[in-house]
Amino acid sequence: MSDLVHSTKIKAMPKVNDFVVKFANVNGSGSASANNMFAKAIFRMGIPVSPHNIFPSNIQGLPTWYEVRISEDNYLGRREGVDLMVAMNEQTIKADIQSVVPGGYVLFDSSKALANDLIRDNVNYLPLPLKDICLREFEKPAQRQLFKNIVYVGALAAFLNINFKVLTEMVSEQFRGKEKLILPNIHALELGQKYVNENFEYPLPLQLKKSNKTAGKILIDGNTAVGLGCVYGGATIASWYPLTPSTSVVDSFGKYCNRLRIDPGSGKKKFSIIQAEDELAAIGIAIGAGWNGARAFTASSGPGVSLMQEFLGLAYFSEVPVVLFNIQRVGPSTGMPTRTQQGDLFSCAYASHGDTKQILLFPSTPKECFEFAADAFDISDRLQTPVIVMSDLELGMNEQICDQLSWDDSRVYDRGKVLSAEQLEEIEKFGRYQDIDGDGIPYRTYPGTHPHKGSYFTRGSSHDVNAAYTEDGDVYAEVMDRIALKFETAANYLPIPEISNQAKHRLGMIYLGTTTGAIQEVLDNLAKKGIALDTLRIKAFPFHQSVKEFINDHELVYIIEQNRDAQLKSLLKIECNANEEQMHSILSYNGLLITAQHIERNILDSMTTLENAKDVPA
Amino acid sequence: MSYITKPKFQYPGLETNDVGLSRRDYEGTLTTLCGGCGHDSISAAIIQAAAEMSLEPHKVAKISGIGCSSKIPSYFLSKAHGFNSVHGRMPSVATGANIANKDLHYVGISGDGDSASIGLGQFCHIVRRRINMLYIVANNGTYGLTKGQLSATADLGSKTKTGEESLYDNIDMANLAIELGASFVARSFSGDKQQLIPLLQAGLTHKGFAFIDIISPCVTFNNTDSSTHGYKNTWENYIALSQVDFVPMRKEITTKYEAGKEKEITLHDGSVIHLHKTGNNYDPYDKENAQHHINQHKKEGKIATGLLYINQSTSDLHELQDTVDKPFNRLTNHDLCPGSEVLDDINETFS
Repeated sequence: MSDLVHSTKIKAMPKVNDFVVKFANVNGSGSASANNMFAKAIFRMGIPVSPHNIFPSNIQGLPTWYEVRISEDNYLGRREGVDLMVAMNEQTIKADIQSVVPGGYVLFDSSKALANDLIRDNVNYLPLPLKDICLREFEKPAQRQLFKNIVYVGALAAFLNINFKVLTEMVSEQFRGKEKLILPNIHALELGQKYVNENFEYPLPLQLKKSNKTAGKILIDGNTAVGLGCVYGGATIASWYPLTPSTSVVDSFGKYCNRLRIDPGSGKKKFSIIQAEDELAAIGIAIGAGWNGARAFTASSGPGVSLMQEFLGLAYFSEVPVVLFNIQRVGPSTGMPTRTQQGDLFSCAYASHGDTKQILLFPSTPKECFEFAADAFDISDRLQTPVIVMSDLELGMNEQICDQLSWDDSRVYDRGKVLSAEQLEEIEKFGRYQDIDGDGIPYRTYPGTHPHKGSYFTRGSSHDVNAAYTEDGDVYAEVMDRIALKFETAANYLPIPEISNQAKHRLGMIYLGTTTGAIQEVLDNLAKKGIALDTLRIKAFPFHQSVKEFINDHELVYIIEQNRDAQLKSLLKIECNANEEQMHSILSYNGLLITAQHIERNILDSMTTLENAKDVPA
Repeated sequence: MSYITKPKFQYPGLETNDVGLSRRDYEGTLTTLCGGCGHDSISAAIIQAAAEMSLEPHKVAKISGIGCSSKIPSYFLSKAHGFNSVHGRMPSVATGANIANKDLHYVGISGDGDSASIGLGQFCHIVRRRINMLYIVANNGTYGLTKGQLSATADLGSKTKTGEESLYDNIDMANLAIELGASFVARSFSGDKQQLIPLLQAGLTHKGFAFIDIISPCVTFNNTDSSTHGYKNTWENYIALSQVDFVPMRKEITTKYEAGKEKEITLHDGSVIHLHKTGNNYDPYDKENAQHHINQHKKEGKIATGLLYINQSTSDLHELQDTVDKPFNRLTNHDLCPGSEVLDDINETFS
């Protein structure tokens, strides 16, 4: 095998802390934890890293990939092309090898000879007899399979110059309490390292050098952060129906509640998790709880959110707080359940029949997932309406580097306009939907507050300002107008857009959510070509006034989003009255995270003359 | 009738109960249902039941779905909060409300369309979850608000006003509730106040999921002689498995019962249900026997009513999940937020 290495060895471009490693595995083979360990080790060496799971909707036997981008420049989006392929899946090995950039590397299991048609003359091969090594070293069949993954991580440590101590520490942490597993895992790592040591020149020109770029940062997935944000935000009730990619939100909530929400005196629980019979019940339970004054949420994805539409209209019209996390996946219908998309903007912005509008929040990092989750409960209580946090599979299910989570201990939950028994005593006549303050937000009461004041009848049918049923069109319209006013007030309570420069350049970019990871890279690369753009990141819907101003202040604004139908652009047209001519869509909807290269290509292609693209300072 | 404003006048000498309230304090708004609708008798029975047992109206939450039945909560206990939710989804809203505050009484009002068709799934699952509440189905075998289509509780062969005949077997909600583990299951008739009121009181007091299927004729669309849910058929084929008396806690038992023909069931708070004149010495603790009786009567074209089944040893959802005693909606920042120091430790686990 070493012949193959030497005969096909071609000159590799030295790359330090700036390359892509992709693992091609079979799902259910135990590769996930080994691959995670690889990414986390790089993070612990202080090097920015962003892993992306590309996995099937399946439990065992189908292809799965784990793509790790390493970027000293802190570019955390995906990058096209693979520098090192760990080709462990015979079903996909041909295409996997084809995807390696010229001068790149293919690590494969050389226990079996590589077929001739898999040999390219412009990539380097790193043959590792993984199966043979594991057959020799381990007795149990399960171990022989599982430890192949650990052996290749050990080999990669040598090839790429990963600090070996970082890996062994991680193994010890991972198996704390299961000490019997530590030694065999470390042994497996050493086997890989040793084989490279004896058979290759290493490290490769592709290598890692300790850095300090991840100091004070954490590596966490968005769904875990959402679950934690719900704990901090005071949610007591989670009602849900299992649905990829939202399931881990409730897993995380449950895990942290079981640690942090047990009453120390009684040992009883200050939370309740209900796995509902479907998504209709899931949101119905959350709405019932919200109506009764507890903070409740549900988490779902496209198909589940479609089922929730009727209830979202009820909560909008009867003004009941509820929080929904939509971890978007590829639609329509079942779509691609394990791929990412920003395809639910339409179905959520105006969810349910009739004139409706919903509050949307768009986190772009796990830290924002944590913050927006906690904020969503305040916003929902304050505005007495559903808040939908629009995450996606990419953000929800992949670990990402972000700043440490923080909490201000002086923060008090904003429960909104809720009247106590004492306050009710002082009020002559309580009217549930009266606009006392002129901000469109009425006062509410919880059931059981006062023996004879403050009760009302909540209904999804038309009602007057005192919550009584009415079929008087003018009275109905008055309530609808007041709710519209409430949504104008909403802007004061929503996170404002992040704007780089209001009007420094002629060109602008508007984006949201997981597109954010690619933006700095786009700006830097275009700057090298003399092209400069201002940027605006949307964090919430209804849009802040500055969004409209940003569009008006630029000759052309690129609207970058991950769906086919330019849903964000359409919302901007509807809500900001933005000119079609002033907006240019850049779309990506293949189910994988949008890349900086894709955005750059589209921007460059759109420029009819270089003249247009020249930077014009204000 | 809805154009009439309900008078607010109250005789000063009106009798008050243990919590100082008169019957009028338990009323709701004026009904908008058809004159003679069975559902209005249900409202009246709830008002009387609640007033007699001195229930504090504001400690009750009334939750319903959509349909004629789901309008009922407007017509009783106006001092209680009500929630008229979406069609067939009352169980989920009631579940959430109950989890948020375990200290209130929950009364869910639904109909046969609401619970046996569009909401059958939610009905099954709220029974499974042992929500501590009284769940009433005002069962008229028809879709009233949409003008008389057959519902899933309409018996095979039953005919609507337009002559449409049910081709399918009915869903027996009481039998289903027993099957799914409801711990209090009764059936009654809106026309039989004597039986219905003590059953409502017992259901409100019972700790756990109490279900009452109430035959409540639709006078407009399903009250023909050929309908099994009309007044005529119900009166003729109505079999009370036992007569029911309810004695709230702290009240003295004054009625004398015939020895050996009487069963006494003491509820968790000390209230007592008396079953007397039990046919065949009916045993309401026996699940299989209860289902057998329901099926047997059905075969004979009869409707078995009364307290069909009770089990006082089950736990409700809060007990199953071991939640804190303080209602969730009264927990504060202090109770719920772990704070920044804990978060620092959590950050460590991700670094």
